[in-house]
Amino acid sequence: MATVTNPSTASTGSLTAKALREATFTAVMTFLMFVLFVGLKTDQNMRNELILVPRWGLLAIFVIIAFVGRFAMVAWLQPWRTARKAAKDAAPAQTTDAGFVKRNFSKLAILALVLYPPIILSLFGAQGSLKYIDNFGIQILIYVMLAWGLNIVVGLAGLLDLGYVAFYAVGAYSYALLSINFGFSFWILLPLAGILSAFWGIILGFPVLRLKGDYLAIVTLAFGEIIRLVLINWQDVTQGTFGISGIPKITLFGIPFDASPHGFAKIFNLPMSSAYYKVFLFYLILLLCLLTAFVTIRLRRLPIGRAWEALREDEIACRSLGINTVTTKLTAFAIGAMFGGFAGSFFAARQGFVSPESFVFLESAVILSIVVLGGMGSLTGIAIAAIAMVGGTELLREMDFLKHIFGPDFTPELYRMLIFGLAMITMMLVRPRGFVGSREPTAFLFERKNVSGSFTKEGHG
Amino acid sequence: MSAMASTMNNDAILKVEHLSMRFGGLMAINDLSFEVRRGEITALIGPNGAGKTTVFNCITGFYKPTMGMISMQQKDGKSFFLERMADFEVTRDAKVARTFQNIRLFSGLTLLENLLVAQHNALMKASGYTVLGLLGFKSYKDASKEATEKARYWLEKASLIDRADDPAGDLPYGAQRRLEIARAMCTGPELLCLDEPAAGLNPRESQELNKLLRSIRADNGTSLLLIEHDMSVVMEISDHVVVLEYGQKISDGDPAHVKNDPRVIAAYLGVDDDEVETVRHEVEEGAN
Repeated sequence: MATVTNPSTASTGSLTAKALREATFTAVMTFLMFVLFVGLKTDQNMRNELILVPRWGLLAIFVIIAFVGRFAMVAWLQPWRTARKAAKDAAPAQTTDAGFVKRNFSKLAILALVLYPPIILSLFGAQGSLKYIDNFGIQILIYVMLAWGLNIVVGLAGLLDLGYVAFYAVGAYSYALLSINFGFSFWILLPLAGILSAFWGIILGFPVLRLKGDYLAIVTLAFGEIIRLVLINWQDVTQGTFGISGIPKITLFGIPFDASPHGFAKIFNLPMSSAYYKVFLFYLILLLCLLTAFVTIRLRRLPIGRAWEALREDEIACRSLGINTVTTKLTAFAIGAMFGGFAGSFFAARQGFVSPESFVFLESAVILSIVVLGGMGSLTGIAIAAIAMVGGTELLREMDFLKHIFGPDFTPELYRMLIFGLAMITMMLVRPRGFVGSREPTAFLFERKNVSGSFTKEGHG
Repeated sequence: MSAMASTMNNDAILKVEHLSMRFGGLMAINDLSFEVRRGEITALIGPNGAGKTTVFNCITGFYKPTMGMISMQQKDGKSFFLERMADFEVTRDAKVARTFQNIRLFSGLTLLENLLVAQHNALMKASGYTVLGLLGFKSYKDASKEATEKARYWLEKASLIDRADDPAGDLPYGAQRRLEIARAMCTGPELLCLDEPAAGLNPRESQELNKLLRSIRADNGTSLLLIEHDMSVVMEISDHVVVLEYGQKISDGDPAHVKNDPRVIAAYLGVDDDEVETVRHEVEEGAN
């Protein structure tokens, strides 16, 4: 006990000895593990003979890192952690009065997002702002919307959907095809794309209603692939891998964003710039995101939303309470898919080009990881996770200074998946329930108390 | 109360006739018939593996019986054939609610939310199947308030009101049992089926449970059908006991009658080898 509570006095010597012992052991293990992998390399010489190239220096670096790392871990990090934990336990349970920022977090966040384009415009000018508004702002908000849509299916209803990108694709292709072939405007096609996606959500929902867990995940995965393969192979309609280009831009209630006399810039007597369109798109996707959030928050307080969460907790109990689980699951699939469709049609309008390459499984995986990373069911957590994941990868593109360190061949965005995986693993260790692990109850009698993540279930279907 | 007393003993709320349930080669229930009378507490007892929970699952639509008929007669005269209905319809339309042997609460939802989920169908109608509620219509707000009041009533009745905003998974075992009963009652049932409500309760909690069950019958006019192993509960509160063994009914009557039935004693305690003949004889006599 003395070593734990009072590590600074008598036990310091023994601690260092222990750290040295463990560090040496780790170093030996590292040496044994890497001596064949790293220490010796097989290569060909000029005469095409197989030779062994020793790399003792590199091996030494591995061993030293292991030694130092283990030593630091045992000697400093572990005592520091126990001391901190002890201090935390000893401290009286303080009544944390949530600060102003914490209480009004969502309002402040929305305000910040509304003010984002003007601030960026004034800072970087019309041309310089494109990167920040388009790559960061719009890109992140699309993923926020997709993740919030998927959150309804995965986070609330607890149905693991690995093929969510299919609905995104349905939305995008609905807009692309209908606007090119029939000349409908974005404002008609946005709800139509949502409805079509919802329809496909129900189509997917029917066969998978009886499936649970892994089986459900596999079938939804297959559904996502089916949609993609249909898009590739139905060349008469979708033009296959070439994709559809020249998709009409969105107009502001009939005012186009172009250089024509009726264009936005001419009407308002502004210098011509593509920034206006980007700013307009930014506000549009922000509005769509807010709509998604509003609907989700409302739905959670309606019987259907409560039934989704109850379904996640225990399906059999739901049925014993007279809840039709079939329609409940189908509505979850349909509404989740609908938001995917909205996001898809926005995506098509923004890019002006869609191809099946934009709707690969990786996209589903990214959206699902955002939901899991954010904390299933929490809108705030998911938004933060989207910023971290999508913004983080965009940020990697900006890290040109890394080229000076690792040489000109180094392309940081190629490490995106590595960092992605690392972030997920770290998250699992540190906060297994995501950024926001607790659940906000939808109703209360006396006081609103958040439900700890240890009580909520992830769903099994 | 007097109105209820007059209907008491008159009509059967639930009639189980020639019910059989076969799982592959196993006959879990074999030609079982019994009645649950309105306003009574009926207990279904029997040794382990007698098929009690299977009977429950057939009544509440979780299993489709191989043979037989289960009819539910509501107060207003409507009748339902439960064996033809899906599990959720049994609760929604026929007004038969149930609890589970291993408690099935929504552990991540608060107590209040658990009780609100139970009022799903009423609230769904009030929210115009989500559409009106999404648009913020007043009718849903009123219905929501009403549902909260109903939940408050049941929380008070189950003496859980001071934990209304805690997650259900945080409750001690006995309180979880009471919450599950309160939740089932929030669906507004005419018949409440309880699968071993006293299992795992200490004597004091058991007493509280008895009180709750009695008051459910007296104040809410709900008939009860319960599976129970705890004989103190069975003998104390039930008006009518049905005994099962190997999927067949071996005794049926008031608690005093059942307690002294030699076949029941034999089923529960077994008999010495030299007594087998006498018991068999008695059984055959009883059967004729």
